[in-house]
Amino acid sequence: MATQTSIPMTTSGTATRHRLFFDALQDWLTTVDHKKIGIMYIAYALLFLVIAGFEALLIRVQLAVPNNAFVSPQTYNRLFTMHGTTMVFFVGMPILFGFGNYLVPLMIGARDMAFPRLNAFSFWISAFGGILLYFSYLGGDGLYGAGSAPDVGWFAYAPLTARAFSPGHSTDYWTLALLLSGIGSIGTALNIVATTICMRCPGMKLNRMPLLVWLYLVTSMMVFVAVSPLTAAQIMLMLDRYAGAHFFDTQAGGSAVLWMHFFWIFGHPEVYILVLPAFAFANEIIPVFSRKAIFGYPAMVAATVGIGFISLSVWAHHMFTVGLGAYGNTFFTFATMIIAVPTGIKIFNWLATLWGGKIHFTVAMMFAVGFLFQFLIAGLTGIMLSAAPFDWQLGNSYFVVAHFHYVLVGAILFMIFSAFYYWYPKMSGRMLSERMGKWHFWLFLIGFHLTFDFMHIPGIEGMPRRIYTYEADRGWALWNMIVSSGAIFQAAASLLFVYNLIWSYFRGKVAGPDPWDAWTLEWSTPSPPPAYNFAQIPTVESRRPLWDLKHPEDPDSNYEM
Amino acid sequence: MLAGQVWLSVASTIQSVPGHEPTSIFAPQATPAQSIFGLSMLVLAIVLAIFLVVSVLLLYVLLRFRARPASPDATQEPAQIYGSNQIELSWTVIPVLIVVILFLATARVIFSTEASPKPAEALDVTVIGHQFWWEYRYPKLGIVTANELHIPVSDPKHPTPSYLTMSSADVDHSFWVPRLAGKMDLIPNKVNTMWIDPQAPGLYLGQCAQYCGAQHAKMLLRVYADTPAEFAAWVSRQQKPALTSFSDANATAGEAVFQHNACISCHTVAGTVANGRFGPDLTHVGSRATIASGAVPNTPANIRAFVNNPAYFKPGALMPPMHLNDRDLDLVTAYLTSLK
Repeated sequence: MATQTSIPMTTSGTATRHRLFFDALQDWLTTVDHKKIGIMYIAYALLFLVIAGFEALLIRVQLAVPNNAFVSPQTYNRLFTMHGTTMVFFVGMPILFGFGNYLVPLMIGARDMAFPRLNAFSFWISAFGGILLYFSYLGGDGLYGAGSAPDVGWFAYAPLTARAFSPGHSTDYWTLALLLSGIGSIGTALNIVATTICMRCPGMKLNRMPLLVWLYLVTSMMVFVAVSPLTAAQIMLMLDRYAGAHFFDTQAGGSAVLWMHFFWIFGHPEVYILVLPAFAFANEIIPVFSRKAIFGYPAMVAATVGIGFISLSVWAHHMFTVGLGAYGNTFFTFATMIIAVPTGIKIFNWLATLWGGKIHFTVAMMFAVGFLFQFLIAGLTGIMLSAAPFDWQLGNSYFVVAHFHYVLVGAILFMIFSAFYYWYPKMSGRMLSERMGKWHFWLFLIGFHLTFDFMHIPGIEGMPRRIYTYEADRGWALWNMIVSSGAIFQAAASLLFVYNLIWSYFRGKVAGPDPWDAWTLEWSTPSPPPAYNFAQIPTVESRRPLWDLKHPEDPDSNYEM
Repeated sequence: MLAGQVWLSVASTIQSVPGHEPTSIFAPQATPAQSIFGLSMLVLAIVLAIFLVVSVLLLYVLLRFRARPASPDATQEPAQIYGSNQIELSWTVIPVLIVVILFLATARVIFSTEASPKPAEALDVTVIGHQFWWEYRYPKLGIVTANELHIPVSDPKHPTPSYLTMSSADVDHSFWVPRLAGKMDLIPNKVNTMWIDPQAPGLYLGQCAQYCGAQHAKMLLRVYADTPAEFAAWVSRQQKPALTSFSDANATAGEAVFQHNACISCHTVAGTVANGRFGPDLTHVGSRATIASGAVPNTPANIRAFVNNPAYFKPGALMPPMHLNDRDLDLVTAYLTSLK
């Protein structure tokens, strides 16, 4: 009897599993659910994080000792171009949009984004951009022979991108990849703005929105202003390369400086586009683990909007050495320095939020504390670089490389890790292992400081960026060896993190709807939330609706301004 | 002369300090680098003070307000504080004041460096960036050379600064000799200027600081600050046309090999048939300390290896391998070495 029944069961089991797989595949490929799209964004960003991290490792092996011949100059130039382009466009942007996609509708009590199908389109077009960029390793030289990736640097200064200096198709792959990812970014930004404006649940006035949603609103608005010039510049570059235009073609009267303006009017706001979501995570995570409401909500919103506007007028601090003249340099010095004020307001408000709290050092909070210290240092080295004459020395040196990695890794990536430990339970229904998380944190912290603290020094000692090797007599060798050794710790920590993500999905503790005793609407749904998010659309009366539920005797609405 | 001696001893003292780095921005030897150094000390002091205050506060808060599971009120939420306009105002106004101070100090250095009038005694040099080498032209002296810039040392009492007019023949480059000045980009179709006044004789190192292609890393800079006597001697030597008669028979034969090959399409040897402009001027190449834009010392063996295959030292260099036979290589090497 048992054998008789087991045979048909096995067959039908296989068939069912088979069908289940294709059903699931079709479900993910065709989904317009903001949560699934958010998770796909995050997964795709993680994949590229591993790839671009591996490129960074190869770079550090090459630079560990002077006059190294581990990779050829051409290979090295492709490595740093691909590392930078990937990290900014195919790790930073998608991972932040992924969290935004997942969280914004849940936090404002909506059932999906305003335009679900645009959402899916934006994701897939961005993903295609990333694939196109890496396809260049096969097709970059086109009919010229073996393939090769772009080697023009992530800001691709003209006229190095002209066909005279960049034959083959590698630069075209770079251009088209950015063009596509830019279209996706604009689509998602549009979606977030529309969702925030139109889809809030009853009672959620603008001044009751969680700060995360506010920051995503500002970031998305900045995407409109910043990404459009980049897209325009990519089209102009293609016209130069294939249609005989001369925008950036210096040999026919074009302007190399024009490209820099186009690129950096995108490039600097881009830094804030990437860092505002990190601030957004901090604004949610720091209060919950301090057990206090955020200090100075209106000031935080004002500072964010302030950063949004000022960040559009600082781009030429990337161009202090191109000969803007004394007046131009003075203006951009001032604009850049003044952005420290709203940024400082944020740090002080986080400090005041911690003050008088009961701070719980979960792994999410440990990463957030790392973020606070490292963002402080990154901001201060930023002030040093904002003084144009100091930048004449430090610009394009390893000091700048250390500075922006302090922002991108020390601040943004730390806060992204924090966000993973905080929201993974919501997304998967399981807690990430705190034990592995602590190993991850300490290993990464040690690696980060070995690499990026010591990286400032060769910059001060005259080492320019983007050199595939260096002379032995400059005194840079020791520092580079330390920097490279830190990369090993970071790689080990990252592998542990990926392992934790997978292990916890199957073995992690079941999270329940609200594992952190938090206050925003996403924690009122089951973990993971159903496709429709809320069985009943909630009504809110303050910025912390779940606090009001948990403390009906003393709701926030009594105090908020 | 005495001043020169003094500067010489000062320079050798600095260079003998153990651990001294040859390209440190904190070892300035010319006015632009010194005024940046002064500003950077002010900025560093302010930034360090802010760092200490904020990080000590942060550490204090993290220790003082950590959750204590053992305390009796552990399950109670702390007092909820929503904000304070007075406090917000104070941490807005104080940073604004700091920014104003920093800005004024910075603006002063910007104008003193970029908008300072050019004295009549100044030396003019035109610097042209190439993939991957430097061309130097002295329009008033009638000198064209490459990769090793010679300028006179400048006595602060009677300054003789050198004004560099910069552009590029191909892609963007950047001139950065950290001990003399901040960097300035060389951009095609645009003319930039900067000035330097090295105050101690000697060799100042640097390198291209704007990514310019495959050999960006080996586009090295060498600036020789000569005493007035040395500089005058250098100028008179460089103003002479290239040697055309040699005591070494190999050099004479090498000249013929050089002139009957493609060398002359790209290189100039003044006074001969060689008048190409793509590559470095070789009129006095034998008098330079290095070849390949500072990549290797100027020895006959290195010249021979470079002419045979430039990619041996600089993979991606634009000069093609010359495919000369061994004998012709020896002869050309003898010729180039003789061009003192």
